[in-house]
Amino acid sequence: MSVLASPRDAMPRRAGSPRGIRHGEALAGWLFTLPVLLILGVFLLVPVLMALWVSFSDWSGRGSPLSSGVGFVGLDNYAAVTTGGGLAERDFGIAMRNNAWYVLLVVPLQTGLALFLAVLVNRAVLRGRGVFRTAFYFPSVTSSVAITVLWLFLFSTSGVVNAILARVGIAGPNWFNDPSGVLHNLLGALGVRSGPEALTQHGFLGVSWWDWLAGPSVAMSAFVVMAIFTTSGTFMLLFIAGLQNIGPDIDEAAMMDGANAWQRFWRITLPQLRPTLFTVLTLGLIGCWQVFDQIYTGTQGGPGKTTLTPAYLSYRSAFLSQDWGQGAAIAFILFVIIVLLTILQRWILRERPDVRRRPRRGPRKLTGGNGPGVVEAGAGGPAGGPASEPSAKEDAR
Amino acid sequence: MTRPSSRKLVGAGALLVAGALALTACGGSGFDEPAEEEAGGLTSSDDALSVLIGSSGDAETDAVTDAVAAWSEESGVTAEVQVASDLPQQLSQGFAAGTPADLFYLAPEAIAGYADNGSLQPYGDLLANKDDFYPSLVENFTVDGTFYCAPKDFSTLGLVINTQLWADAGLTDADIPTTWDELATVAKTLTTDDQVGLSFGAEYQRVGAFMAQAGGGLVVDGEPVADSEGSVEGLDYVQTHLKDGTFAYSSDLGAGWGGEALGKELAAMVVEGNWITGAMSADFPDVEYTVAQLPAGPAGQGTLQFTNCWGMAADSPNQEAALDLVEYLTSTEQQLAFSEAFGPMPSIQSAAADWMSANPDLGAFLDGAAYAQFPPNWAGAADVITDLNAQLESLETGNPQEILETAQSNLEAIAE
Repeated sequence: MSVLASPRDAMPRRAGSPRGIRHGEALAGWLFTLPVLLILGVFLLVPVLMALWVSFSDWSGRGSPLSSGVGFVGLDNYAAVTTGGGLAERDFGIAMRNNAWYVLLVVPLQTGLALFLAVLVNRAVLRGRGVFRTAFYFPSVTSSVAITVLWLFLFSTSGVVNAILARVGIAGPNWFNDPSGVLHNLLGALGVRSGPEALTQHGFLGVSWWDWLAGPSVAMSAFVVMAIFTTSGTFMLLFIAGLQNIGPDIDEAAMMDGANAWQRFWRITLPQLRPTLFTVLTLGLIGCWQVFDQIYTGTQGGPGKTTLTPAYLSYRSAFLSQDWGQGAAIAFILFVIIVLLTILQRWILRERPDVRRRPRRGPRKLTGGNGPGVVEAGAGGPAGGPASEPSAKEDAR
Repeated sequence: MTRPSSRKLVGAGALLVAGALALTACGGSGFDEPAEEEAGGLTSSDDALSVLIGSSGDAETDAVTDAVAAWSEESGVTAEVQVASDLPQQLSQGFAAGTPADLFYLAPEAIAGYADNGSLQPYGDLLANKDDFYPSLVENFTVDGTFYCAPKDFSTLGLVINTQLWADAGLTDADIPTTWDELATVAKTLTTDDQVGLSFGAEYQRVGAFMAQAGGGLVVDGEPVADSEGSVEGLDYVQTHLKDGTFAYSSDLGAGWGGEALGKELAAMVVEGNWITGAMSADFPDVEYTVAQLPAGPAGQGTLQFTNCWGMAADSPNQEAALDLVEYLTSTEQQLAFSEAFGPMPSIQSAAADWMSANPDLGAFLDGAAYAQFPPNWAGAADVITDLNAQLESLETGNPQEILETAQSNLEAIAE
């Protein structure tokens, strides 16, 4: 999309469209995109709009949601899951708690691991890089259902993981059946078994602050490990692509200036990977907030609802409890959360003026890049008019 | 980003028009032709029947398919059996699309939701063999005073004992527990380093039997009684023995359910239903076991029953034929055949004697029908039970009174 919208393309088109040989271009463009637009419209946009309507309606699951018998109930469904005070609100609170911890752990860890693996595999001196790349990427091409089943075996009470832990003298937990929160367990080990009143008596979404701070349950931790294991390979590929687009020049220049490898990574390589980092973090964030298939195949929200996630709760409310409006409302709340977090993250990763000026000294021929420039145009923030574009690209290189 | 906004509008407009067209296409079907109604309020046509089942395995699938095929031949109405991979989801999809299966397995916890939105055709009172069903099963499928659908079969919980481990501990038939105290004593005798005395799943669907034995339950006679004295006493008893290590949840033993704990000899006794027979002969053919009734608590005997019914869709175009098929499938002969194929007990009283003589060792399960409670079938009850189960998992360290108070307030919120 950002390629289409790039300013350089838009300028001549706007000037030429009323007359001359470019007259039919717009029509042709629409014709060529029509199949995709239709498919996306029918299978994506219309269902999304219908779901939006369902979230504001009292549709009970029988017949079409657009039939005359279905009434508009305003924000009732949203209120039921956020302020209702009943089981629906508490379930939603628990699901948010679980997923927030999941995101908090998975996103940084998988990004860090992916970057680490990418840097390792990208080194020219490493022998058999292809083998490692394939090996690290392998979990990503395997179906998540298959991996979940594998995980259930590995982390069963008498499974491989516990057998290994037993070798080193640790009595492993009952992974997928242990609902206790990891942080609560740590505090328990320090002798703190119940929270202060300020935390236990007050709460948010029907869950007390003390329970919000429980941390991921032991069962959820196993899912966290699984998510890191499966997705870091995919993101490693993105980072490798980013790394290969970075020319060696600046790195060499820094070496001449006496920067050591650690400094070069943090000050030279990482800033240039910013667009890739943004992509990886965004994809990770979205994927983590939507975690569903592992829960559906693995634990169905158990033990003790500690692996319940909003996505699974949405499914359960709609299909099992026939609360279709609430299910749809949960899905849209989730959507808003993801959008807000993405905007926040884009703001955090924005290009700061003082950072941009420094690498300008680099030779001008560096601007001839292609790959990251596209990402950059989408992610680059203030790069508005055509005049500022070359410098924005230069920053990326 | 610099694309003229008018084009965006045109594009969005085109999508909306296309979407609206698609929607009217979806919305139209299913409503325009109300199938002709006949006496008794059932529809009738020449349409073929589709039967959607959630099968426990090949044995069940084959048995149902054969029975439906036999009926088809007899009645001349074509009928097809489909096995659902996810029954609630496929049912919901069918109802939403206006093209549900004509007959389907329906769980009691789902009935209120579907009844409320009008998806179900109540036909219980039209059944020729209506009075033959066990009254508690009829009650299980009655919503707002209407008997919706015919129970297809049922199961109860019993005490399943590993015969070998029982004898090894020096116990005899005379020691089979009939009271809580006796149960505690034999559980203690049977507990060793490698096994616990008694095991069951960490859920209301097992623990609830103890609540019933103490005079409690979740919903009794239409009233929520989750935090009654009896319920608390039941959980207290379970908690005491989870703590002293003579009882254990099957998940804590590393078993998926009670049957696995029994088969792997992780537990000498388990609380399970009659579905355990099929699993034991398939997975642990060498393990011998006997079945006894659950011991009586302070308030007498108590167990839980589980059942499904043959739900009928309100949108079905051929309900008369569907009713005929249900009567055929719930007949004595067919239910006995099903029982032999995959284990559940017939839902009609007239088949009891035949079933007893065919399964003399499993009589304890059928005896339980006389005093069994069933999980509440109110709309939203499934969520309450899920929430209760979540807390029962940590019963050993939890507070029974608090757990049940939460359940009580959740039940009162959905009380009819």
